[in-house]
Amino acid sequence: MAEQNIIVYSTPTCPYCHQAKSYLSQKGVTFTDKDVAADLPAREEMVKKSGQLGVPVIDVNGQIIVGFNRPKLDELLQS
Amino acid sequence: MENGAVYEGETETMHDLIILGAGPAGMTAGVYAARKQLDTLIITENIGGQTTWSSEVENYLGYTYITGPELVQKFEDHLRYFNLRIEYSKTTRLSKINGGFQVETEDLRTFDARTVIVATGKSPRMLNVPGEREFRGKGVTYCATCDAPIFAGMDVAVIGGGNSGVDSAIQLMKITPKVYLLEAGDRLKADEVLQEKVRKAHNVEVLLNTKPREVVGDVMVTGLNVENIETGDKRALKVRGLFVEIGLVPNTGFLGGLVRLNKYGEIPVNCATETGVVGLYAAGDVTDVPEKQIIIAAGDGAKAALGAYSYLVRLPSNGS
Repeated sequence: MAEQNIIVYSTPTCPYCHQAKSYLSQKGVTFTDKDVAADLPAREEMVKKSGQLGVPVIDVNGQIIVGFNRPKLDELLQS
Repeated sequence: MENGAVYEGETETMHDLIILGAGPAGMTAGVYAARKQLDTLIITENIGGQTTWSSEVENYLGYTYITGPELVQKFEDHLRYFNLRIEYSKTTRLSKINGGFQVETEDLRTFDARTVIVATGKSPRMLNVPGEREFRGKGVTYCATCDAPIFAGMDVAVIGGGNSGVDSAIQLMKITPKVYLLEAGDRLKADEVLQEKVRKAHNVEVLLNTKPREVVGDVMVTGLNVENIETGDKRALKVRGLFVEIGLVPNTGFLGGLVRLNKYGEIPVNCATETGVVGLYAAGDVTDVPEKQIIIAAGDGAKAALGAYSYLVRLPSNGS
């Protein structure tokens, strides 16, 4: 598998963010977790990338997934 | 009934059972179906359903205290132990076909089964005003728990004066300059302790008898037009976030006319979770069961799976 650059934009209270992160961890995928509640530049970055004010947003090598969408996430992780 | 069994005159794509939804009802049904070795498929948008949003659960036996997400994780681990196939998609249509049912999903696939358990639960009710769909995720949100912290420093509006609306306003008033709290009735309906908190807050403005009329914005939400239904006064609130907390609706849109729903849009079931359509069962909050509780949904999910099993073993094609 090619090197993956994965960022999860999340808040500490969002259940789907937790689900997404534990899903990635279970798959042995390493990722950067950005807490957009505490980190305002990260929030701006997320809005710019996704056009969304909502979490989670997952960036897989520059491809953006809004929400915890397993089939899409699996697809991007394999490519 | 073993996995992959093919009966005469049927295609191998005909499953024994399809479970729609994977909240407490759907997941429990899955465990029971797996233990009966039914060829089972679960079709769901997410894992956990509404339990995912429960901050604390103190009435599911075996746990004096557990958070909703933790309980969901335990349910999911339990379900995964049985290796059931799960397809992540939204069901758009359920119809009767020869020998069973056909499920169509949002990604345009179809799945067939002899029996179906509908355990699709409930979703947040929408406002149904112009701009709402367009700006969903762009300032309009139905999950204060998830998204409230993102709106730190922005003016926001909360729609709904019940417990969840007022609770959202309390979360938001700590991190935002201004919170408008809209209620269509002439008073807030939340518990008094919650109401007192917003009344004491200097940055919460409660707007009673007020209905949202239009969500406005450019790329993101920039405002909400509202109307006082008593006086007819209109106001344009400048807000960047809109939290919709006006209750839940059963997810039954895909049923078409297959089942006659009650006035709340719920599926009427008898005490065996039968819907009146042979081979079709329903469990959990999508049904007219009197109490919406995790343990009741789970129990009804078990009943539905066992009911489907009993029905399947009595089918003539099974040789009994």
